[in-house]
Amino acid sequence: MNLINFLRKRKPSASIAKERLQIIISHERAQRNNPDFLPQLQKEIVDVIAKYIAIDKDQVKVNLDHAGDHAVLELNVMMPEEAL
Amino acid sequence: MSQIIVITSGKGGVGKTTTSAAFATGLALQNCKTVVIDFDVGLRNLDIIMGCERRVVYDFVNVVNEEATLNQALIKDKKVDNLHILPASQTRDKEALTKEGVGRVLDQLREKFDYIVCDSPAGIETGALMAMYYADTAIIVTNPEVSSVRDSDRILGILGSKTRRAENNEEPVKEHLLLTRYSPVRVQIGEMLSVEDVKEILAIPLLGVIPESKAVLRASNMGSPVILDEESDAGQAYKDAVTRFLGETDLPHRFLEIKKKGLLRRIFSKSREEQAA
Repeated sequence: MNLINFLRKRKPSASIAKERLQIIISHERAQRNNPDFLPQLQKEIVDVIAKYIAIDKDQVKVNLDHAGDHAVLELNVMMPEEAL
Repeated sequence: MSQIIVITSGKGGVGKTTTSAAFATGLALQNCKTVVIDFDVGLRNLDIIMGCERRVVYDFVNVVNEEATLNQALIKDKKVDNLHILPASQTRDKEALTKEGVGRVLDQLREKFDYIVCDSPAGIETGALMAMYYADTAIIVTNPEVSSVRDSDRILGILGSKTRRAENNEEPVKEHLLLTRYSPVRVQIGEMLSVEDVKEILAIPLLGVIPESKAVLRASNMGSPVILDEESDAGQAYKDAVTRFLGETDLPHRFLEIKKKGLLRRIFSKSREEQAA
């Protein structure tokens, strides 16, 4: 590392750039592999659940994970106490 | 068998047209019959970089629409044998290009040329999608800078899903990274992403590194592709990239380290550099 940067104890901006890029790109790559129907699927699942249980629509997470040769569709619903 | 190469980047201003001009000229200098096509309909610029802007009569869109023949629209380069330019239209919009029309023109070009270099416009709209759709190989031009690297990754995603090869489940488009406007001095003081950083993030093979160079502006001022400036660092770096592209893949990369100047040169070149800065 450069002496001036060392004395200033400042992280080189290039390494900040690299970290930021690694995070955003891995996030965007994960999104890229998701099929186009995912948002619609999420909406319809939420609508069905909302028909029976009073839920907060923001408390539902639909995730598609790829693991090896299969994909896992994960549905996470936070149930309010009074709903049960 | 001819090869279609797309020069693409997503982000504008990173050096796609400079690279298209230099790369196509470099291939022609190696005795490959080469044509370079400007896909930036409405914002034609390859012609002025190649120095043939006053010889444009018909353009790519005219050929797509069958208003002119390919031979009428192709401009033969005056400096280099084996090199032709197919300019973009300046008056139409990007929607003038269709998959069918572009495919038909490329099929005709395949009969005459070894390499068909497609200079993509910036962005991810029709012009850019058309430029990459039929590609066999892609050269991703990237600057060591966050927005350029991010856009390059986005383009890699599109190459893997929206090209003919992807749609037909054929062998994927071959990808090459070309890092441009590289400044070893700034890399060393931690102000610029290094070659290794960009390679690690994008994870595609490196074809070449073009140093930030005054020769590029000089070349565009004169309408002569920078690769013809054999004395210049950028010209030599482009020549190396072409050599690697044509098979000499282990040719070492130059211009990655800070130039060591002799004492005399350091003294005499200092004032000139200060002026330029």
